[in-house]
Amino acid sequence: MKQQRSEIAIRIEDITKIYGEGRGKVIALQDVSIDIPENEFFTLLGPSGCGKTTLLRLIAGFEHPTKGKIHLYGKDITAYPPYKRKVNTVFQNYALFPHMTVAENIAFGLEMLGKPKKETDETVNEMLTLVKMEDLKNRQISQISGGQQQRVALARALAPKPRVLLLDEPLSALDQKLRKEMQIELKRLQSETGITFVFVTHDQEEALTMSNRIAVLNSGKVLQIGTPREIYKQPSERFVADFIGETNFLKAEILGCANGVASLTLPSGKTVETNVQKGFSPEGTVNIVIRPEHATVVEDPAESLLQGRLINAVYFGTDMRYHIELESGETFTVRIQNNPDDKTSTQFLGTEVCIGLHKNAVQILKD
Amino acid sequence: MFKLLKRKSFRFDIRHQNGFTSIAIICFIFLYTPIFTMMVYAFNQGDSIALWEGFSLRWFVSAWGNEQVKDSALRSLIVAIFASGISTTVATMAAIATTRTKSFRGQNIVYAIINQPLMVPEIVTGVALLIFFALVKTVTGYAGLGFLILAHTAFCIPFAYLPIRARLEGMDLILETAAADLYATPWKTFRLVTFPLLFPGIIAGAMLAFVISLDNVVITELVKSAGQDTLPTYMLGQLRRAITPEINAISTVLLAITVVILTLFYLLNRKSE
Repeated sequence: MKQQRSEIAIRIEDITKIYGEGRGKVIALQDVSIDIPENEFFTLLGPSGCGKTTLLRLIAGFEHPTKGKIHLYGKDITAYPPYKRKVNTVFQNYALFPHMTVAENIAFGLEMLGKPKKETDETVNEMLTLVKMEDLKNRQISQISGGQQQRVALARALAPKPRVLLLDEPLSALDQKLRKEMQIELKRLQSETGITFVFVTHDQEEALTMSNRIAVLNSGKVLQIGTPREIYKQPSERFVADFIGETNFLKAEILGCANGVASLTLPSGKTVETNVQKGFSPEGTVNIVIRPEHATVVEDPAESLLQGRLINAVYFGTDMRYHIELESGETFTVRIQNNPDDKTSTQFLGTEVCIGLHKNAVQILKD
Repeated sequence: MFKLLKRKSFRFDIRHQNGFTSIAIICFIFLYTPIFTMMVYAFNQGDSIALWEGFSLRWFVSAWGNEQVKDSALRSLIVAIFASGISTTVATMAAIATTRTKSFRGQNIVYAIINQPLMVPEIVTGVALLIFFALVKTVTGYAGLGFLILAHTAFCIPFAYLPIRARLEGMDLILETAAADLYATPWKTFRLVTFPLLFPGIIAGAMLAFVISLDNVVITELVKSAGQDTLPTYMLGQLRRAITPEINAISTVLLAITVVILTLFYLLNRKSE
């Protein structure tokens, strides 16, 4: 599944972007380095103001970095204007030309590249088929819906066959249902065209379901780069663990660490072993995370790793969420999938419960 | 109408304020009664502008046959066409420079300078131009229509500038960004994206400048050389002698032209929104 030895489409090298000067200066990006291989669906994920859109605009050439370099297939394009970069952008609010038809919008990039009329027409038709918009070819932009405009924006950006396609939160203006459809559509387009996609979003679910790899950004810094699974299961920092999914944060004491396995003491005094990433040897008191679905309620006290008092049980349809107050005072959430025979569990409220953990449920954070 | 004025309503409505309707009606009467009277007497059969003697189109015919009227009307048109053309071109460039470039130091001062002719009394501009042009005339010996066109261009620029700038400010910069992203050079971006979208604004600016130039009196009166009467200054000259309904007829035609142009201006603006 992993692409070995594939070529690097975009290399972001030590990029810093500072807006303004003196006291009013804002550091939008700080020492960011990312390699994005060819044919990857790469996502820049982070809260608003984390610098993800700035990074996209730097790749497109709408902004210039204060420091650092951007390479496109090994070529330094840092000093190139946007119209000389073989990358295209799908804008958040589409930015379609209102004085042109659907077909004219899609043909724009091809015409600017000086392609012959015949080739342009063929590509436009091909793109219209790709985004399933053949019937609306000669419509004005004002005559089509938001979802259709989204498709036209995609077709327009894909038509010149860019080496990299940049997508700036393209789904944020769509309603929930259309959004899900477009997520699948985008995945399909990426695999059909083989073009590298760099996708910006603040929606963690969107990032997890669509990407080959994700870079999590916060305050202008890249915190972690990895596959959705790595990001979810092995968050390296507190922010990443907190931003993506639900998490329980606890403190633990490291007893020892050898051969990629660390043993640690939980707040309950019990000892567990867990895998740690290569080259990471934690010591002393550390922050740990446990995903709610990686924990369970057990009946046998011998299997218990944490104990507490059940203070709340919430029904979520697919699962139950139990909020348990640990002896140390923290609230711990356990998520258990419902089965057809499930009954209300409110009679257990206020009672002492034992919490068991799946293997490798404990993740040690680096901060 | 009086029923309307006396209407008593007990239902509270924020959009309804007592007395507004009456004030509005009085304003309209003030504004339009003189104009209406002027138009009516343009069709007077007699020689008076105050005594009605029956309907006739003779003053329109007379104005049409008057060589001086034709001559000055033609001059007015020439000056207005050149002045609105040049001022719109300059205003377009100024509008782009003040909205589509990085904000620069003293940008607000630039706005103020561009709009200055709107604030400075016309008579001041007129006298200044008179003195300056007199100097140029003695040095160069040229005394053609160029001075009048230049003077009109100067005060038309802010009128052309305002609608163009308003339109540019309403246009999202993202469209130009998108064009650049799709391999359009800055010139092509301007020609294929900025300009077509700006065009209604440019037309609106040009029309406004045209109308402003067409009916200018003060500056024209001061700047014109002998025998360079435009229609408004010719009419002013006529008023000093015997007043006949011919003046009314010319004014009515001028008013009609202005109304047509301003209606077009309005329709163009509405269509583009």
